[in-house]
Amino acid sequence: MDLTPKGTTSVAPKGTTDVVPNGTTDVVVRARDIVKKFGELIAVDGISFEVRQGECFGFLGPNGAGKTTTMRMIYGFSAPTSGSLEVFGLSVGQHSREIKRRVGIAPQEISLDPDLRVEQNLLIYARYFDIPKAEAQKRSDELLNFFHLQEKKKEKLDHLSGGMKRRLLVARSLINQPEVLVLDEPTTGLDPQSRHDMWERVRDLKKKGVTTILTTHYMEEAEQLCDRIVLIDHGKIVEEGRPSDLIKKHGLDSLEAVFLKLTGEHLRD
Amino acid sequence: MNPWKSDGGLGVESGFSPRYAFKVWYRDFVVWTRYWWTSLVGGLGEPVLYFLAMGYGLGSFVKNIEGFPYVQFLAPGLICSTIMHSASFETTYSSYTRMEIQKTYHSIAVTPVNVSEVIAGEILWGATKSLFSGGIMLLAVLVMGILPKEHLANLIFLCPLLVVEALLFSALGMLMTSFAKDYDFFTYYFTLGLEPMFLFSGTFFPLSSLPLLVQKTALILPLAGPVAIARLLVLGIPYPSLWWGIGWTIFLTFAISTWAIRRMVKRLVV
Repeated sequence: MDLTPKGTTSVAPKGTTDVVPNGTTDVVVRARDIVKKFGELIAVDGISFEVRQGECFGFLGPNGAGKTTTMRMIYGFSAPTSGSLEVFGLSVGQHSREIKRRVGIAPQEISLDPDLRVEQNLLIYARYFDIPKAEAQKRSDELLNFFHLQEKKKEKLDHLSGGMKRRLLVARSLINQPEVLVLDEPTTGLDPQSRHDMWERVRDLKKKGVTTILTTHYMEEAEQLCDRIVLIDHGKIVEEGRPSDLIKKHGLDSLEAVFLKLTGEHLRD
Repeated sequence: MNPWKSDGGLGVESGFSPRYAFKVWYRDFVVWTRYWWTSLVGGLGEPVLYFLAMGYGLGSFVKNIEGFPYVQFLAPGLICSTIMHSASFETTYSSYTRMEIQKTYHSIAVTPVNVSEVIAGEILWGATKSLFSGGIMLLAVLVMGILPKEHLANLIFLCPLLVVEALLFSALGMLMTSFAKDYDFFTYYFTLGLEPMFLFSGTFFPLSSLPLLVQKTALILPLAGPVAIARLLVLGIPYPSLWWGIGWTIFLTFAISTWAIRRMVKRLVV
């Protein structure tokens, strides 16, 4: 099935002065010293990172660390207080519509339309991207097949299990054939079979060249899927690198052990 | 120059385009087509009952008002109030549910549709849905022969009035949603806001029977203007401050819509 991300079909940035020419052309998300304050509270305290084309990049961190806030800034749902954040070389503050056209977001909450049937959820969503009807139908059929939901396409949402809803949510986030896919806790609450199936889907997407940004609490998931990760705590990056390198570096036997070592074992809530 | 405020201070919003608002309107419309029957019965039930009870029931004891039988006097106000109730319900309870429980707004706002367009689309939908109920009510009233024939041509002017009124209350409901922390808030809006306004809108009795201060207050509230204009059009009962009423209603509609959209954007895009 065709999940190959399409190149930009709409206009290039119109002579913006904030696109800094750089040597590497394969950086899809570039953050430099982004800070996010909510009044007095500093949620993100000057973090910088780069996500490269085609990789699976993980944001890890305890609750309240600032990873969701950072995700929201990447897909334009929140404005950084200061710093520079670019997606596809476009500044998030000024080109959010163009960026959103090329990004797919599978959020943590199941924000599907309970009043629409399974297939309708995809078709209505396709309209927001100006995907023509026939093309939307084609993509919807392909995605439902890819996520093993084709038999349920005319069903009401409450006939779906939690795992199926989550697959539908990820399917929906791919309707616009995005170049970057943001997955926010994609396997929360799933049984092991569903979780492994979801990981296979993510690996398939990676083979097609989709860049994935993942946040998760499951360290095993990050180890399995991510090429590189950043570990965020108290709004700052405390560690970054390849999971296998970090495990070696800290002399431990799993990413979870590294996580607990760096963020402590007491509860955050 | 702060790049984050380049678009008029709305943060990451890059622009407003009605085309995207219509996509949200369409989504609401598609969902509604599954429930149109329930919504029709629900939306019309109350006004029809008021009509029968007050118009025919009470009306048979009440003298003519301004020269008209009570049933006729009541009709324009009840059509306006049907629209008020329907639009208000849609952009309070229904919109709040979409926003907080279903997270519909969040899921749409990560597509090329911006939050301001989501809200505008919702306001348009609230108005549309209420016009459907109001239209059925108008049709019923026409079919029952309640409206005097000599003013039927004025229906051409009645339609735009009802459209503006629908937008006004749809926007006002959305404004309330922007303040709401839970569903209970809407109970206050309806019982302390809309229902008293409904009683003192000139629907059930002419406002001229009230003390002057109360009259003046009632006339500022959003429902009084449309009711008085509707009565003028449909029954020919004079409305001395007609142009003030029209101007005020239109102004309120624009002002409240803008305020509602701005507040909702601020609420959602933190």
